[in-house]
Amino acid sequence: MKKYILKRVLISMVILVFVAFIIYVLMRCLPNSYVETIARQKSQQPGSKSYQEWLEDLNASYELDKGIIPGFIGWCGKAIRGQFGDSWYYTVPVVEKFKSVIWVSFFMGAVSLFFELIIAIPLGIIAATRQYSRTDYAITIIALAGISLPTFFFASLLKLLFSVKLGWFDLYGLVGRNYNYLSRTGQILDMGKHLFLPILTLVVISIGSLMRYTRTNMLEVLNADYIRTARAKGLSEKKVIYHHAFRNTLIPLVTIVGGSLPGLFSGALITETLYMIPGIGYTSYNAMVGGDIPFSMFYLVFLAILTLTGNLISDILYAVVDPRVRIS
Amino acid sequence: MAFENEKKTPSRQDGLSGDGSVQKTGSMAGNEGASANGAAAENGKPEYSLNDDRRVKTLSPSALVIKRFIRNRVAVTGLVILILMFAFSYIGGLISPYRQDQVFYRTELQNQDFAGVTENTDFRYVVKEGASFGSVEQAQFVLATIQKKDAFEFRGTSYRLDKLSDVLYGIYSGGELIAFASCDVVSSSVQGVKLPFELQYLILSSLAEGGGSFTYEGGDYTVDEDGGVLLGKEEVAYASRYIVQPIMSDVHLTRQFKEELIESIQNGEDSFSFTEADGSVSVYTVVFNAAMKNWNVRQETETRVFDTYSAPSKEHWLGTDKNGMDMLTRLMYGGRVSLYIGFIVVIIETTLGVLLGGVSGYFGGWVDMLIMRIVDIFYCIPSMPIIIILGAAMDMMRVDPQVRMIYLMLILGFLGWPGISRLVRGQILTLREQEFMMATEACGISVPKRIFRHLLPNVMPQLIVTMTMSLGSVILTEATLSFLGLGVKFPFASWGNIINDVNNTFVLTNYWFIWIPAGLCLLSTVLAFNLVGDGLRDAFDPKMKR
Repeated sequence: MKKYILKRVLISMVILVFVAFIIYVLMRCLPNSYVETIARQKSQQPGSKSYQEWLEDLNASYELDKGIIPGFIGWCGKAIRGQFGDSWYYTVPVVEKFKSVIWVSFFMGAVSLFFELIIAIPLGIIAATRQYSRTDYAITIIALAGISLPTFFFASLLKLLFSVKLGWFDLYGLVGRNYNYLSRTGQILDMGKHLFLPILTLVVISIGSLMRYTRTNMLEVLNADYIRTARAKGLSEKKVIYHHAFRNTLIPLVTIVGGSLPGLFSGALITETLYMIPGIGYTSYNAMVGGDIPFSMFYLVFLAILTLTGNLISDILYAVVDPRVRIS
Repeated sequence: MAFENEKKTPSRQDGLSGDGSVQKTGSMAGNEGASANGAAAENGKPEYSLNDDRRVKTLSPSALVIKRFIRNRVAVTGLVILILMFAFSYIGGLISPYRQDQVFYRTELQNQDFAGVTENTDFRYVVKEGASFGSVEQAQFVLATIQKKDAFEFRGTSYRLDKLSDVLYGIYSGGELIAFASCDVVSSSVQGVKLPFELQYLILSSLAEGGGSFTYEGGDYTVDEDGGVLLGKEEVAYASRYIVQPIMSDVHLTRQFKEELIESIQNGEDSFSFTEADGSVSVYTVVFNAAMKNWNVRQETETRVFDTYSAPSKEHWLGTDKNGMDMLTRLMYGGRVSLYIGFIVVIIETTLGVLLGGVSGYFGGWVDMLIMRIVDIFYCIPSMPIIIILGAAMDMMRVDPQVRMIYLMLILGFLGWPGISRLVRGQILTLREQEFMMATEACGISVPKRIFRHLLPNVMPQLIVTMTMSLGSVILTEATLSFLGLGVKFPFASWGNIINDVNNTFVLTNYWFIWIPAGLCLLSTVLAFNLVGDGLRDAFDPKMKR
């Protein structure tokens, strides 16, 4: 087991290096004039460094003056020590900006994952146990509709209904306009109120795939021989489903949920942007659109690390949860 | 059964219709039953004995799949939606009377500020050329008039005032007229001509006496009591308490216009109509601005403007968008673009995925190892942020929208293949070990032929399902990008960039017809692709059912 984990971690590291290299090359391949344009724009802001200094700054942190390979090695060396340079868009160190926005995203992700789990798994199981019933069709169609629903369209509908027609929530932002005058509890409630629509959007958009996944796996388990045995023994249907079948369905579920845990930190790029929630998603969207190469570089590598960690966790969990895998 | 066939015969004269052709070959084989019933055989109606195999209708695997698919009501609904969407986008665009970039106009009555009228209650100073009478002297002058003095001194210069009336003072210094202060203003009737200082003073002083005549530089001038100034018989200037100034610098207001306007203001009317020299009548509204103590004269003009955000009507079933283009037509063309991009991207990713996955699965060993690691790497590349960065870069470089669309398809296709290649590889790994592959090897069939003619057709079912599903997701991705303004750009329409307008809160609140139809089109198309994909999966793999 230890050997397996070690091997997986090592492979992940190698993949990460390659991914970072591709991202670095991509950033380098952005036409030179693009970088120069941004440097020029930056230098025209009041109180800013001169154009030449901006260019030199970029060269220093990205080793643009060297060849691609030595430049990449130099960038890697700094990145390992946690030096990602200063963000162009936010004019603070990248890591500092990241630390200040990540927790909003994490909170949003965690809450929506919680709701996703308590809604999707029971519905998926109900759909599987009543296969081909009306409930099953309804749940399947809802799940597919959730997958097919464009985030921005759904968010706009929610805004129209709740913010414009009913006036319950603000259209944008994390805090209300009189946030500073509220008490501590009031401030937390205010934030919670502003996060309601984004979390609702996230839950509805992502509920479908988990629901379908649960249903498929539950169906597979229900068709297994040991379920037939359990039924043949004369166990009650309740016991068969919740004792025998559900526990086995948990194996793939735990793996996939475990694998999605690192994703909580990745932020919801589109949803955060739509509601202008200052999480990592919205922050990096602005940085990327504003041509902030240091921040974008950091965000891309960060996402790649999260994906790799997720895969790693789900592989390891699979071996931990399912003894059959461990033996082979 | 034979009996039944016979009974139907009269009603169906042409025996070749429907499934007749298959059955006819059966009767040609000289079946006993068929020859016994000659009439039926001629009509192509076969008669088999009870134990004949041909009585059992066998279906090809694809026919079975189609049959299973058709039985799935949900999937068929999806298919119908898709067909409707295709018809809407491709045929609708041809039927629609408008082009996608056709701009519509409407004429609107706009109240434009035409002129401003001020009643002059303060003194205006007209200074002789070369002389100076600055603001401090002016203040001293006002002081003197209030104190009713007829002279004042300032910085060693003494000024003498000559009061002609309450509203006209001549100012002399050293015995010479250097300026005059008056509430009335003399303006020339001829555009662009400036009246000399002395003439202005003469006109005003005659006016102060209630009219009269004088001679200036050899011309005989007559001033009537309304302020009109005639040189001989020709009107050259007029003096008035009201100052009428056009808002637009290129408009010259005639004296007649000004007089009629002032008359109506003095009568307290708030609208005023004027007959132009060419006989056309324009109507003006006059609004008194208490704060500025002036009158605004507004003219109602017909202006041709873009027909933006017009509500659904007979001409425009879904109204018009922010550029004044027909929404329904935009929607049709947007569907074309969305579907078109979806298909191209899926073709690119499938080609790449099948090629690499096939090679990887078939050869195994280090080739497999290499390709699968590449797949792992591509899996980790966050595609959405990358596309956003490239989109922003293209924005900055002002890439042509057409070229941009091609780039978008290439990028999406190039980032999307790893999933398909993993699927193909997995399938091929299991298929490779089966007997039919050993048979192809024994027959000496070449390697490419073995992969592409014998292995891949067996992967087709899963491939078709994945392709259908990913069509939906590619359309969704493209729409999201276009919504963010980084995908398909104006002038091209796409469902995503049509909804983009909703970022404007005013549109979100007031113009449902701009964004809800596009959203519904998008939702139903993607949902239909997913439903069809789901139905196909069930149809291809009956094991999954039950």
